[in-house]
Amino acid sequence: MNNESIKTIKDNAFKGWAIFATSVGMIMLAILLIRIGMDGLHRISLDFFTSLPSRRFAQAGILTAWTGTLWIMVTTAIFAIPIGVGAGLYLEEYSKKGKWSSFLEINISNLAGVPSIIYGLLGLEVFVRYLHLGESILSGSLTLALLILPIVIVSTREAIKTVPNTLREASYALGASKWQTVWWQVLPAASGGIMTGIILALSRAIGETAPLIVVGALTYVPFVPKTVLSSFTVLPIQIYNWASRPEAGFAVNAAAAIIVLMLITFIMNGMAVYLRNRWRKNVRW
Amino acid sequence: MNIKERIIEAILFLCSAVCILTTFGIITVLLIQTVQFFSEVPIKDFLTDTQWTPLFADKHFGILPLLTGTLLTTAIALIIAIPLGLSIAIYLSEYASKNLRGYIKPMLEVLASVPTVVYGFFALTVVTPLLQHIIPGLAGFNAISPGIVMGIMIVPFVSSLSEDAMYAVPNSMREASFALGASKFQTAIKVIVPAASSGILVSVILGFSRAVGETMIVALAAGQQPRLTLDPRVPIETITTYIVQVSMGDVPRASLEYKTIFSAGLTLFVITFILNNISYFIRKRFRAQYE
Repeated sequence: MNNESIKTIKDNAFKGWAIFATSVGMIMLAILLIRIGMDGLHRISLDFFTSLPSRRFAQAGILTAWTGTLWIMVTTAIFAIPIGVGAGLYLEEYSKKGKWSSFLEINISNLAGVPSIIYGLLGLEVFVRYLHLGESILSGSLTLALLILPIVIVSTREAIKTVPNTLREASYALGASKWQTVWWQVLPAASGGIMTGIILALSRAIGETAPLIVVGALTYVPFVPKTVLSSFTVLPIQIYNWASRPEAGFAVNAAAAIIVLMLITFIMNGMAVYLRNRWRKNVRW
Repeated sequence: MNIKERIIEAILFLCSAVCILTTFGIITVLLIQTVQFFSEVPIKDFLTDTQWTPLFADKHFGILPLLTGTLLTTAIALIIAIPLGLSIAIYLSEYASKNLRGYIKPMLEVLASVPTVVYGFFALTVVTPLLQHIIPGLAGFNAISPGIVMGIMIVPFVSSLSEDAMYAVPNSMREASFALGASKFQTAIKVIVPAASSGILVSVILGFSRAVGETMIVALAAGQQPRLTLDPRVPIETITTYIVQVSMGDVPRASLEYKTIFSAGLTLFVITFILNNISYFIRKRFRAQYE
């Protein structure tokens, strides 16, 4: 065999391996979805959504879990969106390049890499104990807001970077102040990208389990949360609780709850991708 | 500049300061509790004792079993994630058509968006029983099953970052290599990968850091038995699982057991902090090589 044909064989062998490698993830995802669908789909009914958790698996439902997830999502958004977008605006539009902004940048990059469970320890000491907010929705959502802040900031900055300077200059030429320019020109122009980032960040937040366990979310909550100071549980914690029980019936419940959680996650991610594509298509500078 | 403009700028500045406060808060909280912990347990015991049993009557506070547990699952994850992730990156950057890239990249994003508790459930109920058929004597809780699943989980992180790096290598380098008679594979391995090596390194370090801090997969499938072993078939416990275990129980606040989660947390934080800073440094140092 000559050199040329060995080269071709190697090339094709790698191509085959690479296609295999690419499909491993897809195959795993498919097995995961099929398996969970087979286990859990038959368990999903209206009762499953309206029942309280129970020691008997056939009667247990996710009412407190999905309401808790909804509460957490809304309250986390209330804290994370203004602070995250504000910080992104400050970094892109206001701060001068210098020590402070590079210090901020290294900080944000570091925070993005801090394991989520560490945020749980922060929330436990600061919100639960020091600020006496208790093991409440408020403590949980403040913790998650800090956790997703880097994602919101980074995507806000990316979106703002795409807004061309001519837009700002035109606004200034018409006599607008800096804030008027930012509020009426830059933010609307960047809104698609910012929204995409926010949705992705929130979908990450509702899938988080570990920090909320550390903050003190409960596994058994026999009531629907009424205020932000109520104790709570969320879907991922309910799943963790059911999955770690030995009885097979609870594994079925866990699979059913996973279907609900994955649906929410996929819908949010789909929305984000759709928004991103539409924004990219519509914007022509 | 009028007052209103100044107030707005100050508010936006405060928003950005929240990040600094968060970092400061994390370090302070971990340090305060850990210092209190070390006033009761000597540092030497913490670093050298080979047992971790703070919840038992005979208390030992050696972090080593938790650390080896963490590094064992991480190593297994990287053994899976690096070859898969890099092959995917090379394929997408050098072989796949633009159309195919457009399909595969969002699918990998889906893989990255699956909540980790779902991966944990998968490891426990699908992968472990499957492996038990192949590996005799594999315990119900072990390091290998969560390690493999964690590897799959971090594949998208490794592949997307290193693909970006490879894609950024200028075409003139590919053309020069082809002109010398190299095949696509030779070009990829001998030209593109070395040229993109800093980006690839960053992706691997970030994957490493992800795996070290990953919680729910190991909490569900690796067990809660801290032991100093490199045997992937037996139950172990990672740092993150220990923190979850204590948080789920009724440990009184301000007790020594309560402080252990902060000293374990600080250990975890230091590891990821070092890894993240190395990757940040590499990114800054080697960025814009070809511009």
